[in-house]
Amino acid sequence: MNQGIDVPQIQRFGALYIASARLKSMSKWRTIIAAVDIGNPLFYLIAVGIGIGVLVEQGSGTSGTNGIKYIAFIAPALLANTAITGIMDETVFPTIEGFKWRKLFFAQNSTPITGRQIAIGVYLAALVRALFAVTVYYLLLLAFDVVNFGISFLLMPIAVLGGGAFGALMLFAAAKIEKEDQFFNILGRLVIMPMFLFSGTFFPLSSMPIYLQPIGWISPLWHATELGREAAFDYGISTTMVVVHLTFLITLLVVGLTLATRQFERRLAK
Amino acid sequence: MSNPLISVRGLTKVFGDFTAVNGIDFDVAKGESFGLLGPNGAGKSTTMRILAATSTRTSGTVEILGKDPEQFGPLVRAHLGVVPQQDNLDGELTVSENLYIYGRYFGLSKKFIKNKIEELLEFAQLEEKRDVKVEALSGGMKRRLTIARGLVSEPDILLLDEPTTGLDPQARHILWDRLFRLKEQGVTLVLTTHFMDEAEQLCDRLVVMDNGSIMAEGSPAGLIKQYSSKEVLEVRFGSDRNKEVAPQLSTMCERMETLPDRVLMYTEDGEALLEQIMQAKLHPTTSLVRRSSLEDVFLRLTGRTLIE
Repeated sequence: MNQGIDVPQIQRFGALYIASARLKSMSKWRTIIAAVDIGNPLFYLIAVGIGIGVLVEQGSGTSGTNGIKYIAFIAPALLANTAITGIMDETVFPTIEGFKWRKLFFAQNSTPITGRQIAIGVYLAALVRALFAVTVYYLLLLAFDVVNFGISFLLMPIAVLGGGAFGALMLFAAAKIEKEDQFFNILGRLVIMPMFLFSGTFFPLSSMPIYLQPIGWISPLWHATELGREAAFDYGISTTMVVVHLTFLITLLVVGLTLATRQFERRLAK
Repeated sequence: MSNPLISVRGLTKVFGDFTAVNGIDFDVAKGESFGLLGPNGAGKSTTMRILAATSTRTSGTVEILGKDPEQFGPLVRAHLGVVPQQDNLDGELTVSENLYIYGRYFGLSKKFIKNKIEELLEFAQLEEKRDVKVEALSGGMKRRLTIARGLVSEPDILLLDEPTTGLDPQARHILWDRLFRLKEQGVTLVLTTHFMDEAEQLCDRLVVMDNGSIMAEGSPAGLIKQYSSKEVLEVRFGSDRNKEVAPQLSTMCERMETLPDRVLMYTEDGEALLEQIMQAKLHPTTSLVRRSSLEDVFLRLTGRTLIE
């Protein structure tokens, strides 16, 4: 064996080696990633701020949104959703690719790196990607004068936490599924879309009929959105609910990551 | 064998109700080039994945450098170079980036890997391709790069699963040459193959596997000597007549195999046997005298050909 190989060192930092390899792969797509992460919020801020927002405020003023401008009301949700989709892209695709399309995980696992470290490495790199997207978004929110500089910076970690909770589950799901075509159809149409529409994104969850509200309760997007609104505008959420939201997201993250690391180990050892 | 690098006893792997590997035993010594020869589905790749400390076993014991790979996965893998059957390089990265990233998974220093890359590019004859994306390489180049990648950590044992499957003859010969150099440098090689010529070229010792079991073990020459005759006469009479003349032919040699397209006759002197057939006025459409090969050993042991 090469004298430079320090197995205990790899056991401590292996996940970071994987994360840095993932970031290197992502950097090959940096132009597209930057275009998406800048373009996407720009389109929303222009369409909603200038278009839909004006229409909503002409209709009912800001009475339905606790006195907050419409664009500002939905901004925390858009931010959290950006983190969610960013993390989803960087967990689901690399995982299916790693196990099935190009089998990169099997190459990584033929070194001292373990399945658990691969799972965590992929996840960490996805968090970095989401943090980048969210930071760009937040700077644009400041530039468009949607939020005020200050405590509203908490929107960023909150959005990443929301994305991280959802992404941990996606990491597990992508490692579990065998037939990705069906998975993409179900994920896009029956999970992402309803979650985006029914998580209090465009209107307060409480304005929906009670039987639809549970969609929001189980949605990481809703929990992250509510926390974000409280951080940015003093939305009037009780401390208890802040604790509930945080607990929900952290629990989801821990459970998702535990399931994912176990599933990575299992599938690699087959 | 004293102090084998690899020691396998009673190794069994069951998937559901299918037994892929069925109680096999073997040892591999340091510096040896050891082969698992058998047809597709014989259990070779499953055995390799267990040796590579990436797959679990159902029963039996395995020791690699004295350690159980299931218990000490990362530690055992630190000593191994693995070349899988299917190339799993990162096609989006360049040749040298692939080597670099893989080296980092072993926690090796940037400086060490940078130097090592130069050496490996030369070994794999890929110096001019260093900054080319892997997806643009030919099959033979990808294979050589995968082998080079497996060597980045200077492993004690290099595991190669079907190293030349899917390559054209020229690419195979280049690869054999590279592997032969490793063998000369004293790297311990363990390889699986279903090509008998590959096994004969590269292996000091091999086991013949079929249906998860080991049928025979020995050196290529030893196995041929033990299970086959010195020479083989291959005769063809046309697909319908092969069976017809078989009873008459069988009286002329020690052993005979009737395949759908040809008859194999095992003998110590192929030319003399052919003369005898001619005198009996049997007139084959084609005939060929050759030395016995591992293919014949496999046929003798299993009644089947390696590539079906």
